Amino acid sequence: MTLLIEQLLNGIQLGLLMFLLAAGLTLVFGIMDLVNLAHGSLYMFGAYFCASFSAWTGSFVVGALLALPAALLLGVLVEVVVVRKLYRRDHLDHVLATFGLILIANDLVRLVWGPDGRRIPLPAWLSQPIRLTPDLPYPAYRFAVILVGAAVALLLYWLVGRTRTGMWIRAGASNRTMIGALGVNVEALFTLVFGLGAVLAALAGLMAAPIVTVSIGMGDNILILAFVIIVIGGIGSIKGAFIAAMVVGMIDTVGRAFLPDLLKSFLSVAAANTAAPAISSMMIYLLMAGVLVWRPTGLFGARS
Amino acid sequence: MKRRAFASAALLGMLAAPAWGQQSIKIGFISTFSGPQAAIGQDMRRSVELAVEHLGGKMAGKPIEVIFEDDQFKPEVGKQKSEKLVQQDKVNFVGGYIWSNVLLASLKTVTDEGDTILISSNAGPSRIAGDLCNPNFFSTSWQNDQTPSAMGQYVQDKGIKKVYLVSANYAAGKDMLSGFKHTFKGEIVGEDLTKWPDQLDFSAELSKIRAAKPDAVFVFFPGAHGVQFLSQYAQTGLKGTIPLYTAFVIDALSLPQLKDLALGVPGAQSWVNDLPNEQNKRFVADFKKKYGTYPSFYGAQSYDTIMLIASAVEGVKGNIGDMVKLRAELTKANFKSVRGDFKFNNNHFPIQNFYIQETVKDAEGKFTLKTVGVAMKDAKDAYGDKCRMK
Repeated sequence: MTLLIEQLLNGIQLGLLMFLLAAGLTLVFGIMDLVNLAHGSLYMFGAYFCASFSAWTGSFVVGALLALPAALLLGVLVEVVVVRKLYRRDHLDHVLATFGLILIANDLVRLVWGPDGRRIPLPAWLSQPIRLTPDLPYPAYRFAVILVGAAVALLLYWLVGRTRTGMWIRAGASNRTMIGALGVNVEALFTLVFGLGAVLAALAGLMAAPIVTVSIGMGDNILILAFVIIVIGGIGSIKGAFIAAMVVGMIDTVGRAFLPDLLKSFLSVAAANTAAPAISSMMIYLLMAGVLVWRPTGLFGARS
Repeated sequence: MKRRAFASAALLGMLAAPAWGQQSIKIGFISTFSGPQAAIGQDMRRSVELAVEHLGGKMAGKPIEVIFEDDQFKPEVGKQKSEKLVQQDKVNFVGGYIWSNVLLASLKTVTDEGDTILISSNAGPSRIAGDLCNPNFFSTSWQNDQTPSAMGQYVQDKGIKKVYLVSANYAAGKDMLSGFKHTFKGEIVGEDLTKWPDQLDFSAELSKIRAAKPDAVFVFFPGAHGVQFLSQYAQTGLKGTIPLYTAFVIDALSLPQLKDLALGVPGAQSWVNDLPNEQNKRFVADFKKKYGTYPSFYGAQSYDTIMLIASAVEGVKGNIGDMVKLRAELTKANFKSVRGDFKFNNNHFPIQNFYIQETVKDAEGKFTLKTVGVAMKDAKDAYGDKCRMK
């Protein structure tokens, strides 16, 4: 029973991290209609900023708090210098330009930080397990990720669902031309949304950093998962991204945790050991294919 | 204008072939020079360059030319680069290869060429030791099963009864587990193969380990993955409660990142930086002097690759066109290895000792590895019988 709870927590933690990454991506894709492959690079920069700032200040928490405004600046800079010129182009141009940004970002990081990976050391109170119940110890850091991730998700829910800015964002996702006609400064709104996406990606990157190494190209693999999540959730929908991220996180964890034992009950041990890792890494994509057949716009898609 | 272009092309051609009639010994070297595992490639490259320097830049009087290629940690790229080396650069030898899946993808490209010798400086997949063994293939490392077998023996000798195994889901990762099971006879209470190379978060596996309550955990994760596994092992609170035994997790490259996380975690290896032979002392001292850090086993094996080639080229007096004689010279392993002398098994894998190493601090306070025992003496790999070469 404790194993099950522990694995559920692991799934929630992974899901929340991926939600932060996917939320920014779905906003940018849904509202600005921009395919941003370089979103994973913002994730990487968040981690590198945090590594440098925490080495400089000697504190992970202070480093993380400094990395977020730095990521906002970077996001705004990228939007103003590069991305702004792409809105009127078609998706293929977006893909080409932002893929170029990935290459530039990876080489820039190699120039500034060098080719080696970096570890961000955690303070003592985060690098030990805490006892959630007497017989359920859980890593304090992962629990902290859950708390921060949940808080940010609530904040986003409030921002998008309850504020005027959120109303513009939602309106932008549904009909861009109309909100321009109603006198909303679309250019400023886009810069804001892109910057917000950059901050969310950076937050995901810096929170993942102590768990996975800070390394060049760290965002490239996870970006694929983020795209899977926004396709499942429906492009432009924060709610959809949240639910899809939780489902994907849960499937990934549960697949790794219980699938081998499940397969062993009707396959030989050797066959189960070979099949389980392969199947568990496929399940997310099977889920995506299933959702697309059932609902081509995703679970909560604003438009197709 | 046209004539000038022609003249400069001719000049370039002359520069590329420095001495007419004196053909150079061309060595291609494939490793990972970009991405999270680039540190391994850098260490191997440094060791190759040091070996060339120690040889005075020449083998049997001919200049050495080394061409480095980056496999980007991907089998398909490794194969393309191998093709480029044998077909375009026409190299005489191809060395390197960190990853078993990259080596398996590239093997036939190099060995089927006929006049090219492949020397693996690290990867040792079981199939190349067995049914895919090849007269044009040699290894200056080990067969994948051997290092974990040494660790399995050590764990067995310690009287440990229940072990949980964690490894990466690719050719080498599977060999590692079967190697451990050759020698460890106790109960295996759990076994996980993780997604390779994307998975760096081991939360689900660590929770399962805690629930299975083993007496010990054996783990195989090279490079960046090992660093993450060890730090997450500590964050979960398992370090200090369930002892950890490793193969290819702790080395000179991961230690600067792991620091005290590596203390008290033994590993197995066929080469350790403190092995007391003259050539090893020279290699380690000169490496430290030149680059300011300890070399890793990846580097030591790469250094041996160049030294093995040098011994064979000297043996045939530079006449490397005679493949039969060249192979015969390589088979002798007539060189001073930094791990001490070794012989080749019938499948061209070394018959050698395996040591248990532990992490200590050196006189300058740097973390390094120290030999604490011999786990296996003159160990042969388990696949020689399946190889048709005698």
